[in-house]
Amino acid sequence: MADVAALRRTVLEILPRVDLVIGWQRGPDALRAAPLLMRNAADVDRLIWDRTCVHNLATFLPREKGKKVAIIVKGCDSRSVIQLVQEGLVDREDLTVIGLPCDGVVSQAKLRRAADMDRLESAEIGADHVEITAAGKTLRMALDAVMPDKCLSCAYPNALLFDRFVGDPMEPPQQRQDPYARLDAFEALPLEERFDFWKREMSRCIRCYACRNACPLCVCRDYCLAESRQPHYQSQESDVREKWFFQLIHATHLAGRCTECGECERACPMGIPVLLFKKKLGRIMTELFQYEAGLDVSATAPLLTFQAEEENIVEKQWL
Amino acid sequence: MSGMACSELKIIGFLCNWCSYGGADTAGVARFRQPTDLRIIRLPCTGRMDPLFVLKALLGGADGVLVSGCHPFDCHYSSGNFMARRRLEVLARFLPVLGIDPRRFVYTWVSAAEGAKWQAVVTAFTETIHELGPAPRVLDPDDAPLRFKEGREIWPT
Repeated sequence: MADVAALRRTVLEILPRVDLVIGWQRGPDALRAAPLLMRNAADVDRLIWDRTCVHNLATFLPREKGKKVAIIVKGCDSRSVIQLVQEGLVDREDLTVIGLPCDGVVSQAKLRRAADMDRLESAEIGADHVEITAAGKTLRMALDAVMPDKCLSCAYPNALLFDRFVGDPMEPPQQRQDPYARLDAFEALPLEERFDFWKREMSRCIRCYACRNACPLCVCRDYCLAESRQPHYQSQESDVREKWFFQLIHATHLAGRCTECGECERACPMGIPVLLFKKKLGRIMTELFQYEAGLDVSATAPLLTFQAEEENIVEKQWL
Repeated sequence: MSGMACSELKIIGFLCNWCSYGGADTAGVARFRQPTDLRIIRLPCTGRMDPLFVLKALLGGADGVLVSGCHPFDCHYSSGNFMARRRLEVLARFLPVLGIDPRRFVYTWVSAAEGAKWQAVVTAFTETIHELGPAPRVLDPDDAPLRFKEGREIWPT
């Protein structure tokens, strides 16, 4: 993890030239961060950088379009920025990217599974462990056990797009988990069980749209198909079919664009594994088009182009 | 033709205006026997196909979805079916993760002259769907909002 003092110095240097700098600040407790929009030098004192900085701040970029914005990104976040620039959703000229090396953050979901995080008293994050005291009990856990899955299979620890890089670029950490491990386990289930799984999971959805709002690439905002009356894709009924269909709108609109940052699932207050849909689409994109989103600003998304003779598509033959 | 022997299932067909809709018409004019499970929706081009149409149909109670357009290189708008091919192939591979049998969705190309091919496609696809049987329902009819239940009582089907 890079030095926060060095990061603050860089931000102070850039701040006079931009309208705002987007970073992280301490959240409601010691293991939570919150996004921070810095507009003046006093705000920079609140800037933090540690393993609690989970948010993908690229989510804020499309709504700040037209302003001069600087953003602090981890490796995974930078892929969302690349995708936004590639699609013309933000202007590269208006953007200053401060890149960071990152070897993993901590997952609130995994912490919650281990301890009563609502009654957190103190927490300490060490080099390879996390020690938390919650509800009178002290618990020491290996860092790997509380890292999100995406960090365990991280391939891009350094920001891929940056104007300023703070800290020293690091070697990709050893993969401790296959990026598609959870998808493989899910796909090993029989078809009916998968169907029933989604029926059950989607019935828990409260249709709060947190997944959509946290997604850096869900940029329609007030013009979202789910809320549009013309065309009327979805009713406002709260039955499982509508809720499931909303997730499918989200997933299909991200096909070939999603960088699998996992913000949708992290933001879900009901803990529904909605990232599985995007993981599946991501794997299809790799299989069919050898394409990974968010790596190249000048690439074209595979579903926005075609080849007259597709290499990997075998069409159905009749008779 | 097992598709005709048992009760009807719901199959939605999305056909391109220029080729497959004409192909279906050709089959009809030639009086080829076809199963009657298919409900056709005419599109200006398969490039109009949003994969969400298929998902909406499958979640909404369709037992199968068939998309048919012009052969590659024959699109009236030159590239609509090329774009559709990529999207629909991605969709076909995506269905299993939802727990939906991928055999319930097929996309293909039938030209306006291929009445016999149209008959073969519809017959084969309808047979597949009948082998698979009715699709599992996302929404039990009893979970439907009250006003739909009342509707069922007023117009029982």
